[in-house]
Amino acid sequence: MITLTVNGSRHEIDVEADTPLLWVLRDHLELTGTKFGCGVAQCGACTIHLDGEPIRSCVIPAAAAVGRQITTIEGLSGDRSHPVQKAWIEHDVAQCGYCQSGQIMAAAALLKRKSAPSDADIDAAMTNICRCGTYQPMRAAIHRAAELAREVS
Amino acid sequence: MGAESKLTSSLPGFTRRGFVKATLSATGGLALGFHLPVLAAGPWAGDVEGAEINAWLVIEEDDTVTIRVAQSDMGQGVFTAMPMLVAEELECDWKHVRAEYASANRSLREDRVYRRMGTGGSRAVSYSRPYLQQAGASARERLIAAAAEEWGVPASECQARGSRVSHEASGRSKRYGELAAAAARIELDAEPEIRKPGEYQLLGTSLPRLDVPAKVDGSAVYGIDVRIPGMVYAAIAVCPVWEGRLKAVDASAASAMRGVKQVVKLDDAVAVVADSYWRAKKALEALAPEWDLGEHADASSEAFASRFRAALSDKGTVAEEAGDAYGALETAAKVIEADYSAPYLAHLALEPVNCTVHIQADRVDVWTGSQNPESVLTVTAEESDRPPEQVHVHSCHLGGGFGRRSRPDFVARAVAIARRVDAPVQVIYSREEDTRSGHFRPMAEFRFRAGLDAEGAPVALVNRSATHSILAGLRPEAVANGIDQSSLSWLANSPYAFAHRSIEHHLQRTHVPVWFWRAVGATQNAFALESFLDEMAHAAGHCPWQFRRSLLAERPDMIRVLDAAAEKAGWGSALPTGRGRGIALVEGFGSICAQVAEVEVSRSGEVAVKRVVSALDCGNTVNPQTIDEQVQSSVVYGLSAAFWGKVEIRDGRARYGNFDRHRVLKMAETPAMETHLVLSGGDKWGGVGEPAVPPVVPAVCNAIFAATGKRIRALPLADQDLSWS
Repeated sequence: MITLTVNGSRHEIDVEADTPLLWVLRDHLELTGTKFGCGVAQCGACTIHLDGEPIRSCVIPAAAAVGRQITTIEGLSGDRSHPVQKAWIEHDVAQCGYCQSGQIMAAAALLKRKSAPSDADIDAAMTNICRCGTYQPMRAAIHRAAELAREVS
Repeated sequence: MGAESKLTSSLPGFTRRGFVKATLSATGGLALGFHLPVLAAGPWAGDVEGAEINAWLVIEEDDTVTIRVAQSDMGQGVFTAMPMLVAEELECDWKHVRAEYASANRSLREDRVYRRMGTGGSRAVSYSRPYLQQAGASARERLIAAAAEEWGVPASECQARGSRVSHEASGRSKRYGELAAAAARIELDAEPEIRKPGEYQLLGTSLPRLDVPAKVDGSAVYGIDVRIPGMVYAAIAVCPVWEGRLKAVDASAASAMRGVKQVVKLDDAVAVVADSYWRAKKALEALAPEWDLGEHADASSEAFASRFRAALSDKGTVAEEAGDAYGALETAAKVIEADYSAPYLAHLALEPVNCTVHIQADRVDVWTGSQNPESVLTVTAEESDRPPEQVHVHSCHLGGGFGRRSRPDFVARAVAIARRVDAPVQVIYSREEDTRSGHFRPMAEFRFRAGLDAEGAPVALVNRSATHSILAGLRPEAVANGIDQSSLSWLANSPYAFAHRSIEHHLQRTHVPVWFWRAVGATQNAFALESFLDEMAHAAGHCPWQFRRSLLAERPDMIRVLDAAAEKAGWGSALPTGRGRGIALVEGFGSICAQVAEVEVSRSGEVAVKRVVSALDCGNTVNPQTIDEQVQSSVVYGLSAAFWGKVEIRDGRARYGNFDRHRVLKMAETPAMETHLVLSGGDKWGGVGEPAVPPVVPAVCNAIFAATGKRIRALPLADQDLSWS
């Protein structure tokens, strides 16, 4: 049994300590917004926040998340009101959409660190794969999200 | 649209000849809901409480219009474009529109009411536009008729607009939601005419995609996200060498592991079923299956390439011939020759293939993201030995497709596993398994010889190609004479007017299965032909843009697209050392696409694509923003293939399985992209999901030549030494 705090709620989960966080979220907690793409931290579809930092949950054992705050796409805002989600809708970013949870979590973490990221900051932080090639709208949406976040604060 | 993206369009005057008037059943009825044992709401046909005006649309009391989508959205936007085609005629307020996937089971039971449900060939709009417009127009007229009947006025005096029917003279007006039940019982004497280009109000506007909101909060249900009470998970290992078999497997160690339910043996695969995917996967890794690798365990892509290349010494089957190409080469002032090679390519859709199957006494339910729910249904019926009427396919969102999800091999295996498991089972391929058991874009070898006259004008072209036929395994009758036209796209019957030409082909086969990959044959052929045309232009001392123009005198439509790309890209303007531009043109899927790529190559040979300008003539538009997005998507997809795309076959199997060895383009490597629409209008409704993939690859290779003087004759670029001094 391990205890995890996911999107503000505590869960007791009967799972082996070395189970990657991704599968705990998807199979045990049925939080399927976090996606499986590669299993080896290459694609970023499984990106979530651990204490606010973006991590690739397919290679993080559940035990490593005990006592820390786990945030998934479902917990980012609950009502699509996060500036990144609003900007994503405004720029019509998603195509197939499968990578988008991970992309949005990566972008949200970037904006927390840098309120007005440059293109170089975006290049460095946004290393997730999008096979539909939505990179250009995504870049525009990140700049827009930064604006939206500044308007709010 | 991206901040740096420009979308311009020009629509010259057009004349529209007669158009197809679809025949559509005017009978409708109240929707019959059926209940699914599933927790989350997916995009599949569900339980809509409302009046079904026809099979394509249901109107609820609150005016919500649910439009059924028969094609699959793998990112290309049909989940929005298809409803737009219906709503164009329906005169409903777009904010009331929601979409869901049509039921393949219903189509089977109701005389194929949803027509061809397969998605591919970039033809969703061109194929379904007439009958979807008709469905919307018919529903509109029935809503009007219902109101007219109720008010006792002639239908011709009533107007439909913004989800209301109004009768101006009497000032009466009713919402669609109030009229829908009566409209569902109306039968029209005659079907209404549908609108033509020039009359559209919704088509041609950039509406946001209907599926984006659910894709920004994790609520969109992909096949892999389906959760059913009592469901178990299966991890699968397929024989690593195609055509091999499972010989034996000792299940004892795996069976003892926590959560494992059973080990399932198939002819060519083994699966572990457990209460979570991770436990299934761990147990699968503990198995040491013994495979009978069959006859191909020594095969390699290198050996295939040698064999394909050797075939090029002979003439092969003539696919297209004009004049006397060999004679003209004899007398040409200058002859140039070159060989090109293209590798196998994997689709690498981000969602690994997966399928959930529940077999019960009187029905079989299947949840998956597929490009063809009808073939999923057929394969499931065959594999489960049930009548097709008992099979219910619930179409999920697709985490990419690119052709891979039009082949239901993974469905067949999932059903075979489900037959041996007493619970609903979700079969998930690992990334490595998805790649290695894939079906690839064929590898190909090419040989070109061209003749120029004393002025550098092209006079003759001889081309030989050797590659697989995709259709040979699908519809052998289509390849009866040794020519699979889909293998020869843009090589045979190209618009380039060589007075003397001989286009020859060698159909090859290996044990490696091949399949449709985004834009299919043109992807390898355009790389070869458009690169070789560039070689010819340089050999002739001509500008590659003007050289193509000189060969396209009969195709002013192509020249317009080519010119748009060249002009918007600033073709001919000075560039610093180490930079270069390349141009290419391809017609496919009913559309013409020209692209200019601008690259920068460091002296040590690192290539950065700085900018790609695309010009596209798809005739008319449904959603211009989607078109821009699809062109960008195609550019990124093509660049990934150009830089790193290669499935190396060694020991009979795909050598690498994951993204560490199958690199794809990322944000930092993505060029600035612009799309310019050059619309010829008329009856032309060209595809947009694929036409921009083929030209970007040769455009980049030609740009590298312009920058460095190095000619790329084999892909991927990562395998080439591009250093220069």
